[in-house]
Amino acid sequence: MNNSIEIYNLNKSFKSVKALDNLKLTVEQGGFYGLIGPDGAGKTTLMRIITGLLLPDSGDIMIGGLNPVTDYRKLRLKLGYMPGKFSLYQDLTVEENLSFFAKVFDTTIKENYHLIAPVYSQIEPFKNRRAGKLSGGMKQKLALSCALVHKPEILILDEPTTGVDAVSRREFWEMLNQIRQKGITILVSTPYMEEAVLCDKISLMFDGKIIDSGTPTEITSKFKEKIYILKTTRLREILKIARQMRELKSVNAFGQNLHLVVRDNLVGIHEIESFIKKACDYEFEIEPSQADIEDCFIDYLVS
Amino acid sequence: MSNENIIEVENLVKKFGDFTANDNLTFTVKKSEIFGFLGANGAGKTTAIKILCGILFPTSGKVSVAGFDIYKERNKIKENIGYMSQGFSLYEDLTVKENIEFYAGIYGVKRKVIKTRLNELVEKLDIADLKNKFVRDLPLGWKQKIAFSVAIFHKPKVVFLDEPTSGVDPITRRQFWDLIYEAVESGITVFVTTHYMDEAEYCDRISIMVDGKIDAIGTPAELKTMHNAKNMDDVFIKLARKQSEENK
Repeated sequence: MNNSIEIYNLNKSFKSVKALDNLKLTVEQGGFYGLIGPDGAGKTTLMRIITGLLLPDSGDIMIGGLNPVTDYRKLRLKLGYMPGKFSLYQDLTVEENLSFFAKVFDTTIKENYHLIAPVYSQIEPFKNRRAGKLSGGMKQKLALSCALVHKPEILILDEPTTGVDAVSRREFWEMLNQIRQKGITILVSTPYMEEAVLCDKISLMFDGKIIDSGTPTEITSKFKEKIYILKTTRLREILKIARQMRELKSVNAFGQNLHLVVRDNLVGIHEIESFIKKACDYEFEIEPSQADIEDCFIDYLVS
Repeated sequence: MSNENIIEVENLVKKFGDFTANDNLTFTVKKSEIFGFLGANGAGKTTAIKILCGILFPTSGKVSVAGFDIYKERNKIKENIGYMSQGFSLYEDLTVKENIEFYAGIYGVKRKVIKTRLNELVEKLDIADLKNKFVRDLPLGWKQKIAFSVAIFHKPKVVFLDEPTSGVDPITRRQFWDLIYEAVESGITVFVTTHYMDEAEYCDRISIMVDGKIDAIGTPAELKTMHNAKNMDDVFIKLARKQSEENK
């Protein structure tokens, strides 16, 4: 199978800051690939290099079989790019923005309507509204429509769900799934760890490096330590207590529960229970659990 | 948490032309409470926060913050609150120390007091090596933690945090909440917005705004029971989805 994105030994520095440190990334054709990591991890820099908007210091890069440094003109026809910041024309209407992007790529809205329909149909009732007057969610749908209107082979989305509420975030991922069904390769970045499982394959990024790559299950199954979930209504109090137990490598709140990671298999449920019971009378329950992507990311940060 | 109300909002309405951004909001926030102000994008949260911070007048309704009236004592309100968001926090081309001196100066903190508190802060956050660095050279995680410390440096009665943890790594996000707990223990009230639904669980009480109105208010446990939901994510989805179905 051909790869849509092949990157080896990619390096990029800004003055003394190493933004990308010897990166390797492979995305299969038709793949749905996620770059997962906080701000400052290098996700945007990587995407800018892939789209030919930024030059790498070194590295071998092939995007859709083309080199983004020398073949950027041809590459642009193959790529759809939705930058992290809303970059459409605020004083053009929804429809004007879309037809502008279509025209630049020598196509029409009509020709590729089938492709943008799942997204565009939702904002079409407002097609005469200026882009600047749209709500956040609608702007996002318009930006996605504009990135798709020339029927790209590869769609690059830079943090499309950052700052977006939990419901709209879900809807956006549903739209991406529909686009994916049309055979378009997708590379998407997000700081929300729970969105990792919505991708086929992911790379966890931090501080210019790729920490780990693979399917979400491959990554979580590598988690070696024992992990327990603690349920209680006294989260803050028990968090403080559990953090004093040296045999626990990390104790963190995950919403309404705590995740306890045991250091080198040193203790089991009973030892943890008696440690906490010695320190307080609060009620709690502990059960064994599986690591999720956020656990893996935290484990990398604390190791 | 005490019984004293630090924020009181009664029948707050804010209209922009014929658009109603805040539709008859009524709620209170207690002293030393962590109050989570949730809602979908465009639900009217930012408008409400601007009113509570005294930078926007309501169309009608009664609002008091830290005991001061929003119509007559806006400057008093500003002196008694702190504010921080992902977008607006520190000046990139000033050092950490300069930022602190600047903000504390604006809030009228005395030079001597600034010096003492600065030393305390440096020790608490263990940032002796960062103190004289430009903010633009700090990792985002540190920027957010320091921005929070700056926002409460003048010991405000309430601090407004608008998506303070957006985009930060999972460890820093949790450290940030440790700072929030500490602030609350020292008597500060925290008014926070977030799109991370796990963080909604860390609040003492939550309100969920849908389409300009407060659709639900209560402790996380109450809201989960009320909506028969397994977690706050579930509660949020149920409320906000219901709304978008109605709009269709």
